[in-house]
Amino acid sequence: MALASDSDILEQAEAWHRAGRGVAIATVVETWGSAPRPIGSHLVIDEEGHFLGSVSGGCVEGAVVSEAMDVIGSGTPRLLEFGVADETAWQVGLSCGGKIAVYVEKVVS
Amino acid sequence: MKAAYLQALNVERAARRACVLVTDLAQGAQRLVLADQIAADPLHEEIDTALRMGKSGMVEHGTGRFFLTVQAPPLRIVVVGAVHVSQALASMAHLLGHRVIVVDPRTAFASKERFPDADLMAQWPDEALPVVGIDRYTAFVALTHDPKIDDPGLAAALQSDCFYVGALGSRKTHAKRLDRLAAAGFGPHQLARIHAPIGLDIGAVSPAEIALSIMAEITAAQRKKPERPTGS
Repeated sequence: MALASDSDILEQAEAWHRAGRGVAIATVVETWGSAPRPIGSHLVIDEEGHFLGSVSGGCVEGAVVSEAMDVIGSGTPRLLEFGVADETAWQVGLSCGGKIAVYVEKVVS
Repeated sequence: MKAAYLQALNVERAARRACVLVTDLAQGAQRLVLADQIAADPLHEEIDTALRMGKSGMVEHGTGRFFLTVQAPPLRIVVVGAVHVSQALASMAHLLGHRVIVVDPRTAFASKERFPDADLMAQWPDEALPVVGIDRYTAFVALTHDPKIDDPGLAAALQSDCFYVGALGSRKTHAKRLDRLAAAGFGPHQLARIHAPIGLDIGAVSPAEIALSIMAEITAAQRKKPERPTGS
């Protein structure tokens, strides 16, 4: 299976929104140290927790997905930071020594 | 993000047009800047740089911090002439992640065996290039040494806004070429766009070395800030 590119991901986000699903887009906006995915990488999430794409190569996707479901509910964007100094990040497994900031926003009509 | 912006991002990408989504992370405010709106945008310098580098990123402007989601179309290199230098150029361009389109009406040259990494069009440039659609994110290279094939390609490239035009040949060959293109109606400013002799001067000898010098010149044209025109 081919990996989804960032363009496929935004097309999927549009398709999900058109189908009437609640959708959030998460974007890597800053990285420090070694981060597995480059700035601008996207993860899209729907209201049921389906997701496509990657913001960290697997380390923090679970946490981003659950935050995104809150954002879909509230409509208010969030700026999340994950890093080794952060206990949550350690728990979610960003042990590669990097730190990333992820912006999560709902797709609104 | 407004659904209309998401849709526009997808439409612009499919059409190979650059655009940038500007997000004020503190306020949540967003605007989508289309290619023809960049010059008038307060962040136009930052947007120009980000597009040239093809990288999304955070920028500071005034008191605010903004995230630029950059959509720069992937580069394409259109090569007229399925010759030896083109084979090496196609492999290098493929490594760099660029799509290569090789145009040559001589079907024996333009074969998939010789060009596994390129799209081939066994047609004359004046037939093929309108189909390809040379745009700002396209580099054009003429490599046949044969004016019958190179010149129509160069004419199409000079009428487009592609970011690089190069043509193989010595200074003497190029002087004759400039005379022919001038006679065909191209002015000095248009003709000055042609990089010739083609490639950075690295003393290239073999076809692969010539391809390397061309690829380096194309990369410089892609990434470096354009010099301001002098005189005018």
